[in-house]
Amino acid sequence: MAEPPIARGFKSRRQEQTPKDRLPPGQYVTTDFPVLSAGPTPQIKLEDWTFAIQMDGSILGKWRWKEFEALPQTTKKTDIHCVTKWSKLDTSWQGVTFDDLLRALGLAKPPAPYVMAHCDGAYTTNIPTKDLIDGKSMIATRYDDLPIPPAHGGPARLLVPHLYFWKSGKWVRRLRFMQEEERGFWESLGYHNYGDPWKEQRYDGD
Amino acid sequence: MIKTGSSTVRRLVWQVAEVRALVQETYRVRSILLNVNGWPGHLPGQHVDLRLTADGGYQAQRSYSIASPPEDKFVTLTVEHVDNGEVSPYLVGEVRPGDQFELRGPIGGYFVWTAAMGGPLVLIAGGSGITPLMAMLRHRDRQNSPAVARLMYSSRSLEDIIYREELDTMVHRDANLCVIHALTRKQPEGWIGYRRRIDKALLAKTCFPPEERPNIFVCGPTPLVESVSSLLVELGHDPHAIRTERFGPSGGYIP
Repeated sequence: MAEPPIARGFKSRRQEQTPKDRLPPGQYVTTDFPVLSAGPTPQIKLEDWTFAIQMDGSILGKWRWKEFEALPQTTKKTDIHCVTKWSKLDTSWQGVTFDDLLRALGLAKPPAPYVMAHCDGAYTTNIPTKDLIDGKSMIATRYDDLPIPPAHGGPARLLVPHLYFWKSGKWVRRLRFMQEEERGFWESLGYHNYGDPWKEQRYDGD
Repeated sequence: MIKTGSSTVRRLVWQVAEVRALVQETYRVRSILLNVNGWPGHLPGQHVDLRLTADGGYQAQRSYSIASPPEDKFVTLTVEHVDNGEVSPYLVGEVRPGDQFELRGPIGGYFVWTAAMGGPLVLIAGGSGITPLMAMLRHRDRQNSPAVARLMYSSRSLEDIIYREELDTMVHRDANLCVIHALTRKQPEGWIGYRRRIDKALLAKTCFPPEERPNIFVCGPTPLVESVSSLLVELGHDPHAIRTERFGPSGGYIP
């Protein structure tokens, strides 16, 4: 591949140097928290909210808000990386880990190799089960010790911070185990099926 | 070409883009017309990733909506200067014809309207959020699409309206197109248009009723898109008919 052309007169204006092991290729650090959603922000009343885990046609478990809040809570401090290039460092989330959800269902191990997250607004995203276990993901209900604002996915969003942030589906309501992998919303529209920011897997074929 | 699942996908490779012309749109917004050899074509509403490489190898990437319709020869990006930005001040202030950098795309297939989708078409823009919507309007114009279309466009002042003359020209020759400007901060003397943010009353009055099932596209700063899309749902529009793109001062699209 040929060398990229030099953009005449372009210079780095980056003020602070983020350590290289914190910032994946092609990303920049922001202190804002940008909002990227494909449609309107759903307004969900907590009394109407439920969260379910499904396998084939059957519901393995379903929680109302108060029941969900009674599950073991975990706090996680992590960096997040959006495919639109911004990264945000040291974000703080609280919620229920995927491991604790499996435990609550009495499952010693996950029953299928893939998961589809189903969210309000008909958004979906697919994740290999191995990327959800061992503390790698949670259903988050707090950001910085406060309820997650609706625009950022409240009352509850999936958090899989080692993948591009579109995988951390906002307004998640159901996780569906799958034996065969299916593609979610952005994964069907040209975005990468897996989305590892460190390998810069933004789009199909990356 | 590689095969993924059942669909054949084209790998998005970095392509050299050469600046062919520049258009000063407002005092802080500039359009850059780019020649991209082998550009695969795009749909109105899609965006590109742009990569700048500095002497010394430092690179920066950003996403920008495409403002030109698929029918045009050049790929046009319209960029707003962001204070303390790294890429936009360069693109708005420094770039000259003949300069080269890299693009890859097109990206995104949801925030897209083509003439084949028909009308009614509702476009709602705040500031530089007009960019992908302009690609749709230009495409509609080039195709002589009969789709009835309305653009509601919120700007700070008359001087901040991007593509003002081109929009005026389009409206004058097309009875099926209506453009409503709202100037939120400063209005010229004798301004008879809207003087406030796009609110429920304005949407109720100018948007097509939900029964006509309009395709709705909203693009702009996050607070505008949050407010407008929620109000449209309150007015009875199907949330799935409302497609949005949000951007913030230092993130998201068109930074």
